[in-house]
Amino acid sequence: MPYTIAEKILLAHTKKKDICPGDFIEADIDLALGNDITAPLAIAEFKKAGFKKVLDRDKIVLVPDHFAPAKDLRSANQCKILADFAKEQKIKNYFEIGCMGIEHALLPEMGLVLPGDLVIGADSHTCTYGALGCYATGVGSTDLARSFIDGKCWFKVPASVKFIYKGKLNKWVGGKDLILYTIGKIGVDGALYKAMEFSGPVIVKLGMDERFTMSNMAIEAGGRAGIIEPDDITFKYIKEVTRSPGHQVTRKRFDTLKSDKDAMYERTYEWDVSDLEPQVACPHLPSNVKAASALKEVKLNQVVIGSCTNGRLSDLRIAARLLKGKKIKAGLKLIVIPATQKIYLEAVKEGLAQDFVKAGGVFSTPTCGPCLGGHMGILTEGEACLATTNRNFIGRMGSPKSFVYLSGPAVAAASAVTGRITHPDYIV
Amino acid sequence: MLIKGKAHKLGDDINTDDIIAAKYLVSSDAGELGRHCLENIKPDFCDKVSAGDIIVAGKNFGCGSSREHAPLAIKGCGISAVVAKSFAGIFFRNAINIGLPFVELSQAKEINDGDLLEIDLANGIIKNLTQNQAYKTQAFPEFLQDIVKEGGLMNYIKGRVTK
Repeated sequence: MPYTIAEKILLAHTKKKDICPGDFIEADIDLALGNDITAPLAIAEFKKAGFKKVLDRDKIVLVPDHFAPAKDLRSANQCKILADFAKEQKIKNYFEIGCMGIEHALLPEMGLVLPGDLVIGADSHTCTYGALGCYATGVGSTDLARSFIDGKCWFKVPASVKFIYKGKLNKWVGGKDLILYTIGKIGVDGALYKAMEFSGPVIVKLGMDERFTMSNMAIEAGGRAGIIEPDDITFKYIKEVTRSPGHQVTRKRFDTLKSDKDAMYERTYEWDVSDLEPQVACPHLPSNVKAASALKEVKLNQVVIGSCTNGRLSDLRIAARLLKGKKIKAGLKLIVIPATQKIYLEAVKEGLAQDFVKAGGVFSTPTCGPCLGGHMGILTEGEACLATTNRNFIGRMGSPKSFVYLSGPAVAAASAVTGRITHPDYIV
Repeated sequence: MLIKGKAHKLGDDINTDDIIAAKYLVSSDAGELGRHCLENIKPDFCDKVSAGDIIVAGKNFGCGSSREHAPLAIKGCGISAVVAKSFAGIFFRNAINIGLPFVELSQAKEINDGDLLEIDLANGIIKNLTQNQAYKTQAFPEFLQDIVKEGGLMNYIKGRVTK
């Protein structure tokens, strides 16, 4: 029976002979992730049920990143629950601040997620890892607690939807613009309970960072996964990030991780994106997408560059290239947050941090922080922010009377200079 | 199991930030979370809810983050069930896992705010007692029914795994 890559990975993690979209399966997972918001609830459930020891401590990753470094006493308590549980269970993949990063940038960078893996995370943006050709999906705290016990998770096998991107991308247009365009086209439930598969000549040319950005936002269209078939770019990335012998991945394994030619898709979208302009999602849904050039009247109080969507090195390079030698608009707040310590250090070494600070921005330690209205840049009533993050729901970054716009790093940096939503061409 | 309560009508794409804002995620206590349920979009929601009431919403209910605090907040503020045209994937599994009753109803739009509803979960029947209307919905597949019958995922697993 022909399968899509999503179906192949799910099937490989069960004892079944075949699977079909709609089937309920119990599958063995390779990795389970929790953070300072979701893991405390999972740990409480695990203990309440009377369990003492996790089944496989090497398959658990705990990252305090949302409200860390602890923003207040109560978040300090939550972070401590993770630290204590990691110590008690001898979980080596616990990342304290200092070696921490935003989970979805950190795990691939640490070589913890590999093509073909089945990964669950008690965080909706776990779908990010689909960019590596694995099936990664967001679940709840109880699912995480259950995985501690028997290493399994239940899934409803999703139907797959294929997205083919053709043409040649304009300057300043990247992964974020492609995924915003996609969500704008199909809506926030356009891929509800589907596995999204991103493909075509444009995707093949995208670097890993931009692929992560695309897969990251699959959930914003309701997708259970956002998968890209692994190729030479994936292989090169994996070789760089995996160092220990247990991580050796063969090229052959990559070749089997492809959708069969006659695999069944519920729907296929095919777009020529040659004319695509930089995109911006307007309040209060990620599907409310317009061209950046159509929004030049929108005045901004704050710009945030960072998050699990766009806090990677190439994002910071794009932003720094536009900000170098310039000053941001007087009165505007620019907050730049590298996603991991490694990216932070690299940004310092390359001089990017200096470019941001000299331009009038702040350069912060890794944290999810403002993306979810946690800390490090909360919006008050009437304020408008352009962020490279993933959600612009009412009150997402603070006051329910504030306004969040979403874009890629180029539009964000250009807009910081002018104080209005700006096409990058306008400032170069 | 029969659930009877007054309908509180909400729109499409109600997300988990609407249901419980992230600033309250420093607690996992349903009662505490419940006091802030839907605060950003309906500041007086909790005051209007009587124990046992039912949320009725449009498509894609519970989209957004994976926070299980969302179904917990709904339970915590006294809501007994959610009826919606469709549910987002993670909210769907969280509701199953923690035992928050919910029903998918394509005609959810026909229900008005304040209508008195009666839900027969086992048989998938929703009665609108105010409008004198009844709807038959699809029962959960057997696998999910087993989890629901045990009162949630942890109870279901406890019975199957030795400690």
